[in-house]
Amino acid sequence: MNEREALERHPFAAGLSDPQISALLPCARRVRYRAGAVIFREGAAATSLYLIITGGVALEQHVPGKGDLALESLGPGDLLGLSWIFPGGHWLLTARATTDTDALELNARDVLQRMDLDPALGFALSKHLVAQLCQRLERVRLQRLDVYRAPK
Amino acid sequence: MNTAGPMTPRPVVVRNIHIESDDVVTLDLATESEAWSFQPGQFNMLYAFGVGEVPVSMSGDPSQTDRLVHTIRSVGAVTEALCRTPLGGVVGLRGPFGTPWPMDTVRGRDLVVVAGGLGLAPLRPVLYDVLRYRSDYGRISLLAGARTPEDLLFKREVERWKQQAAIDVHLSVDRAPAGWNGQVGVVTSLLSSIDISAQTVAFVCGPEVMMRFTVRELQRRRVPAERIYLSMERNMKCAVGFCGHCQLGPSFVCKDGPIFRYEQLKSLFWLPEI
Repeated sequence: MNEREALERHPFAAGLSDPQISALLPCARRVRYRAGAVIFREGAAATSLYLIITGGVALEQHVPGKGDLALESLGPGDLLGLSWIFPGGHWLLTARATTDTDALELNARDVLQRMDLDPALGFALSKHLVAQLCQRLERVRLQRLDVYRAPK
Repeated sequence: MNTAGPMTPRPVVVRNIHIESDDVVTLDLATESEAWSFQPGQFNMLYAFGVGEVPVSMSGDPSQTDRLVHTIRSVGAVTEALCRTPLGGVVGLRGPFGTPWPMDTVRGRDLVVVAGGLGLAPLRPVLYDVLRYRSDYGRISLLAGARTPEDLLFKREVERWKQQAAIDVHLSVDRAPAGWNGQVGVVTSLLSSIDISAQTVAFVCGPEVMMRFTVRELQRRRVPAERIYLSMERNMKCAVGFCGHCQLGPSFVCKDGPIFRYEQLKSLFWLPEI
């Protein structure tokens, strides 16, 4: 699967036209991480977004005295990284590959620029971003409910 | 065979105890000579003498007729007494009661089993049945969630199923300690990692809130209401539809359930205070 096919098949680019895919393609490069590799670290500048193709990624937070705690796992079809949406953002979590992972890394500045230049592309990608955010928010809400905790 | 009537408990002996986690144990119950039979999804009323009675689903292999297996979480006076029953101790038993998981409906189809927390216990007999008659079924996926890695039930057995590859097993925990390399997140997030066909049937058991989120996600994946089955385990007291404690709209959970098709429940499922 080449970069174009990988982009076309990823849910983040679902429904985009051929010219829109072509516009995004120069922003993308294929990346591969071995299990255990850090993809980005908490506090570093958020300059990319990642579309996971295969493998798995844990989002971790370092808690003093407890170590690196995994808060959420992401897998194929997921968008990794949201802090890039607002320029100048920094990663709030560390992302670590839990298995060998293939992804497309997109340069955030270039993507944002193309979204500004082509409002239709910007709107389509924004809708995908909102859908992803809503889905993740729903999961976090259920996680917060702590439904398996023994009643007191 | 029980000739004393459905309200009279029979004494049964604890033949084996498996400690599953800090507050969950599995008891193998038996008598000297009785052969037991039940269908996956059914439950018994277990009586801790002098303390009280609670409904507990069978979690063992339906093909093993020399014992009845129950997995119990210590959350109150009765369950705590049951969990503390020693080897050779005696408890009272009435049953089996309730409707089973519709195994015949699934034959020839794909099945996704979604279990949250202790919800894996009533679903384990389904997996035993599926493994026993594996060629009768299509693709089988088990999605199991727990609070922490320590709370995952039947760890060795689930690991063995994973190795055998007869079932596609996916596990997730809501919170993980440092060093945990498995999936972290709610059990519903696992649905995105499996294929769902036009013929997929879903069996779901867990806390009701978890089942609501699961139903929503299954419907997003286009699994229709008539192919989603839920185990509702509410307030069951008499187990035979006399007392009305477990009434859910027009149904009694103990008698008409605990397994319901989502289609039967959907008008009530989202109503508060019912």
